[in-house]
Amino acid sequence: MDLPNLEYAAPEIFVAIASMVLLMIGVFRGEGSSRPVAWLSMAVLIVAAVITALITPAETKYEFANLFVSSSFTTFLKVGVLLAAAVGIMMSVGYNEREAIDRFEYPVLIVLAALGMMVMVSANDLLSLYVGLELQSLALYVVAAIRRDSLKSSEAGLKYFVLGALASGMLLYGASMVYGFSGSTNFTNLAAFLAEGATPSVGLIVGLVFVIVGLAFKISAVPFHMWTPDVYEGAPTPVTAFFAAAPKLAAMGLFMSVLVGPFGGLAAQWSQVVIVVSVTSMVLGAFAAIAQTNIKRLMAYSSIGHVGYALVGLASGTKDGYSAVLVYMAIYIVMTLGTFAVILAMRRNGSMVEDISDLTGLSKNNPVMAAMMLIFMFSMAGIPPLAGFYAKLYVFLAAVDAGLYFLAVIGMLASVLGAYYYIRIVKLMYFDEPEEALDPHPGRDLGLVQFVAGMATLLFFLVPGVLVGAADKAVFSLASG
Amino acid sequence: MILQTIAFYLFAVVAIASAVMVVTARNPVHSVLFLVLTFFNASGLFVLTGAEFLAMILVIVYVGAVAVLFLFIVMMLDINFVELREGFQRYLPIGGLISAILLAEIIFVGGLWALVAEVKGALSEKMPEESKLTNTEMLGQLLYTKYVYLFQLAGLVLFVAMIGAIVLTLRQRTGVRKQRVSEQVYRRRADSVEIKKVQPGEGV
Repeated sequence: MDLPNLEYAAPEIFVAIASMVLLMIGVFRGEGSSRPVAWLSMAVLIVAAVITALITPAETKYEFANLFVSSSFTTFLKVGVLLAAAVGIMMSVGYNEREAIDRFEYPVLIVLAALGMMVMVSANDLLSLYVGLELQSLALYVVAAIRRDSLKSSEAGLKYFVLGALASGMLLYGASMVYGFSGSTNFTNLAAFLAEGATPSVGLIVGLVFVIVGLAFKISAVPFHMWTPDVYEGAPTPVTAFFAAAPKLAAMGLFMSVLVGPFGGLAAQWSQVVIVVSVTSMVLGAFAAIAQTNIKRLMAYSSIGHVGYALVGLASGTKDGYSAVLVYMAIYIVMTLGTFAVILAMRRNGSMVEDISDLTGLSKNNPVMAAMMLIFMFSMAGIPPLAGFYAKLYVFLAAVDAGLYFLAVIGMLASVLGAYYYIRIVKLMYFDEPEEALDPHPGRDLGLVQFVAGMATLLFFLVPGVLVGAADKAVFSLASG
Repeated sequence: MILQTIAFYLFAVVAIASAVMVVTARNPVHSVLFLVLTFFNASGLFVLTGAEFLAMILVIVYVGAVAVLFLFIVMMLDINFVELREGFQRYLPIGGLISAILLAEIIFVGGLWALVAEVKGALSEKMPEESKLTNTEMLGQLLYTKYVYLFQLAGLVLFVAMIGAIVLTLRQRTGVRKQRVSEQVYRRRADSVEIKKVQPGEGV
């Protein structure tokens, strides 16, 4: 029996051991250890991202009896997930201290969730996919309910848990059908089985549909989105910010690698499902967000819509489309984290406010923050030359190249509708008179996140090649490996 | 061979009889004890089929943990079992229907196994060769070599579950009187005893 080559799993092993060490530090230092543990967790995530980037193999490598895969595709997603998680922890430190929920377990759970996402992204078998997904989800359920004295937070955690368990059940049911009708759970074997050209059995397709349902829940695509607004609203705001960023990227990457890798031979079948999910997500995201008054609920519907746009690229079924999905998700994460940094800075008389109307007249009181919010909102609406415009441009171009004109047209109409509520926020901030000013001092960490995300969104058009090149390289390894 | 047949019928009959007693016993504690007996006999059946690992797991996990937990709950909670039984007559038809469906399915599967040659062949293919390894060894070899990645990850999932349970439920209560052994040990006579001379005719 050969020993597995542990080199390619080095980031996972490092993060797993580090999470236990961090927990030990927290337990033995006791009270007041949440701040050092949080900063150390950030350092761990960043070091893990560096290790991931350094050990990227030139060609796709399979380890642990084919359960684990490492390639430039997994590197792209892992680095994105780890950095997003690190920013998520950074934004939470000040908030948790002010709201008296600064427990050292919080950053440790985020690190473990990030580990689950790394496992998901690196899965080359339905078994490792499921275990990674559960590791991630379990940690997320707990952090959603971390403010255990608040009814809303507990409700968010419980709701997320129950619906997540349902989705996991669907996924497992689908996986068992796939196993029953193809004889393997391994992605490599499944791809070989489907490449033989035999007509796929109905049972296999039904199984695939169930797997898609389970994964669509995780990316909160319509019609499996119902949990999103409630969980986003109920969870503490830094948790919401984290939910909207890292898990979305990981789940979308997983969704793509499952559909393109093992089930690439069934593209004709799954692309129909993806098109329907994409159209409904875009349309619902645009319409349902209009009536919202809570900015966290608005962001929930906005994230549903954005997932719909990203799926347009997947539906196109081309390498350009896949690369557009990655670019879209990367840009979306930067915009979302920036927006949440603004939301976290919304405080009045020392307590959090989260109504959209609380932003009224922000430009008079805090012009810098208002300008950053302006950038994020215009970018989410897809106004050139901001990053969000390019993200949408790439996915719609891919759809048009693949001949999916109606999908591109619906997407553009939905983005025009969506622009209404993004620009309404800009109008509130710039053209309405302020009622009562927000507290001025947002904290240096939030200011830094706002500034970096804002500049990245604003100046993306100068150097789009960096991100697009990385995404192209990642997709090359996915589609060929 | 004859010994095995006798053992099989013994285990099977006791298992079924005690399973019936689980649902019919009046005293819930008796029900749970009959459940334990059912598990023991089922594990005896597993031993007879050569699945010694499953047999031991059944005893350790189900008898050792699950059934004892049941027993604790039954004894600790004040549940009115007479009330619980009231719907028995009313739900008998639907319960009977479900049991009949399950029975029919088992007969169907068993009949298929016994009658159709193809199914028989496909099933016997997957059977492990008795001479090579015991199934405990085989499971161990798979878990710790081929599936070591998943095994470790499953451990991490349990780790997260443990952290989650503590984070969500542990409360540091204030005002609880705890015994502090070190303080008790370090207490000196001089700290706590004071000798006062009381003059006659005066108070302290």
